[in-house]
Amino acid sequence: MSEALDLSNFVERNEPGHAHMTLAVEGVGCAGCIRKIEDGLRKLPGIIDARLNFTQRRLAVEWREGETDPQRILVALEHIGYRACPFAPERIAAEDNHEAKRLLKCLAVAGFAAMNVMLLSISLWAGDVSDMTQETRDLFHWLSALIALPAAAYAGQPFFKSAWRAICTRQLNMDVPITVGVTLALGLSLYETATHAIHAYFDSAIMLLFFLLCGRYLDQAMRQRTQQFAGYLASFKAEFVHRFGPRDELTRIPASVLQPDDIILVQPGEAVPADGVIVSGRSEVDQSLVTGETIPQPVEPGMTIYAGAINCSGALTMKVAAAGNSTLLQEIERLLLRATEAKSNTVRLADRAARLYAPVVHLTAAATAIGWLLAGASLHDAIVTAVAVLIITCPCAIALAIPTVQVVSAGQLFRAGIILNSADAIERLATVDTVVFDKTGTLTLPEGVADGRSTDPEVLERAARLALSSHHPLAATLARCARERIPYAGVVEESGSGVHGNIDGQEARLGSALYCGLAEPTLQHKGRDEAASTIFFTHAGCVAAIPIRQHLRRDAVTVVQALMARGFDLIILSGDRSKAVEPVARQLGITQWHAGVSPTEKIATIEKLKSQGRRVLMIGDGLNDAPALAAATVSLSPITAAQLTQARADALFLGEYLAPVLDAIAVCRRARSLMWQNLGLAIIYNVLAVPIAVAGMVTPLIAAAAMSGSSILVTLNALRGRLGRRPHFVHETGSLETQAVERTARAKACVAEDVPQDLVWKDTAAARDRMEYVQ
Amino acid sequence: MNVLIYLVPMALLLGLTGLLGFMWTLRTNQYDDLDGAALRILPDDDIDRE
Repeated sequence: MSEALDLSNFVERNEPGHAHMTLAVEGVGCAGCIRKIEDGLRKLPGIIDARLNFTQRRLAVEWREGETDPQRILVALEHIGYRACPFAPERIAAEDNHEAKRLLKCLAVAGFAAMNVMLLSISLWAGDVSDMTQETRDLFHWLSALIALPAAAYAGQPFFKSAWRAICTRQLNMDVPITVGVTLALGLSLYETATHAIHAYFDSAIMLLFFLLCGRYLDQAMRQRTQQFAGYLASFKAEFVHRFGPRDELTRIPASVLQPDDIILVQPGEAVPADGVIVSGRSEVDQSLVTGETIPQPVEPGMTIYAGAINCSGALTMKVAAAGNSTLLQEIERLLLRATEAKSNTVRLADRAARLYAPVVHLTAAATAIGWLLAGASLHDAIVTAVAVLIITCPCAIALAIPTVQVVSAGQLFRAGIILNSADAIERLATVDTVVFDKTGTLTLPEGVADGRSTDPEVLERAARLALSSHHPLAATLARCARERIPYAGVVEESGSGVHGNIDGQEARLGSALYCGLAEPTLQHKGRDEAASTIFFTHAGCVAAIPIRQHLRRDAVTVVQALMARGFDLIILSGDRSKAVEPVARQLGITQWHAGVSPTEKIATIEKLKSQGRRVLMIGDGLNDAPALAAATVSLSPITAAQLTQARADALFLGEYLAPVLDAIAVCRRARSLMWQNLGLAIIYNVLAVPIAVAGMVTPLIAAAAMSGSSILVTLNALRGRLGRRPHFVHETGSLETQAVERTARAKACVAEDVPQDLVWKDTAAARDRMEYVQ
Repeated sequence: MNVLIYLVPMALLLGLTGLLGFMWTLRTNQYDDLDGAALRILPDDDIDRE
């Protein structure tokens, strides 16, 4: 049965005859890789151009249609030594990219205008104390107006639009005082210029815009980087599905283009790509990602299975259900929606500051104008003073105070192996006092480990080598024990039961107890371990039962102890059986644990904790954890988590260690203190500057100096976050870069030793599941 | 002060050139791959080996 890989969904056609495709490439680490990939592909017939974006690990290929096809390009890349996946950027990401570029353009225009207006302003200030004539001053003012007015009209758009939207919905945001301040300052300056006055405020208005745009752009750039990385990871997670065509022929298509009512084939060892009903075939499925239950459940035609479950034994033909038709996912979605709504009520620090700040600014300015009028000043003088107050209190420093800290901290978190999904996660992570763990895949590694202690090493080696020929997930785990990674010749896999073949002239079998011809008593005799799955091996009269256990993450005990030492309350909420949860809890020393908890109960427990005033961090990876993640104050997921769960988590952590949890909390606490310091600095600046402005003593020079000074001070303070110690555990676990390099080296070594390609594939596939891709 | 008549336009022109240059780099996507640009200069194979 030959299968064609259908990649047509990823190919774009910009001009007739030319096709274009973007690929996410794994294992690119140096200048040599760029050359190898680009030159290697350009040599192929039909390729017009190949260009690798090193920063984003994306390869853009363009070819003449008919002369080559996507399939051949992927194979060629594979020959060069790199694994690639078609990359389908999401529309949201494209819009964000557009937005970031627009902000950068505005920033450039504002920067240009600010520099040139400042150049003129400094001459004017110098002219104030020397002998500048009225005519020269007017010329300089008109020149400033010529630069500042068009520049402000262009660069101020992000603020004007946002302010207009806010006013339309009868709200006040930070952009309203900015817009009012800038417009008034420019209008007043124009009037002053026309009436040959000494002072104009063009420089203040345009500088204000420049600093504010800096803050906006930093904020946008941080989110964009996270999204790009997430998109890269998602391309590798995207699974391919075997779909039956109209004439019952099998094609491989990306899971993302599956339609309801498609008939698909799920082979043993594969993950179920979508919710659906089984049409034919019998098997056992491991639903640990869906329910947390680690023992595989038998399934038969007519039953519904859910995306994320792993097919363990037999091939299944299933019909994809219409989206949202499945009861479990619907339930989870409903819970998610409610929990997410509840969370959006917590207001971000920056918004809270803005909400308090905007009315105060307007009131102060109005009060100043009225006060001066009452005191007998002219209308002109009163308005000039009020505008000075508006400008000097415009939240430059406040606008920069939080984004700069966020960018610095996000960079630090990134180096510690944590990717932020939401920008305000930093603020929420910093306040956490209770940590709730899921067990499977969170405290334990997502993959099992074969326990060979009770088996003779010789027998174990033979069993492991035999397992190399199997596609079953349990066998794949066992196969990792094999020292000699060469499969036996002539081994036959019987889908769903096991593998058999000849070793040294005698028959060997690996698989379920029944397949190996073992009766129930033997099974009990071998002492079936409740917390483990068992795989059986028979060869030349010797029988071995090899338990496959779930192992704790290597540093789980240390991290849990460190968390306890810091006074966090730790709780385990698992959907698994208590016999599986209890040993884990005991080993970690966590006294509060609950087993067999349903998604609804998880939410209820978290809500109860929250109602007691606790700030809860939920760490989980299963589909069953997704609602709980959304309900918690803040949430973390390992990168191996189900897609839906990942989307709900505030941050994701990479690698096989639990240490990022500790790092995340430490970095975020530091970030929060820096944010408060920055807000404090901004407030002190206002407290000092506002009385001077209200008293009518602010010259444009003072306004410009005070504004730049406070902005620079706040930015420098944020950069202090970078100077601090590296996150605690990074040196112990080895940086993620090192881990990635090691893995690539391992894969390359396999190629060099001429190991059959499918084995290397298996190795990289295992590595892929662990998701250690880090730039 | 007559010197201003050509100094000020010159200053503005220089600034404007910088701005247009930056806009050009943006339009030609030169900020898409900052790390790659640093690495691409390393291989020497574009030098003719005669």
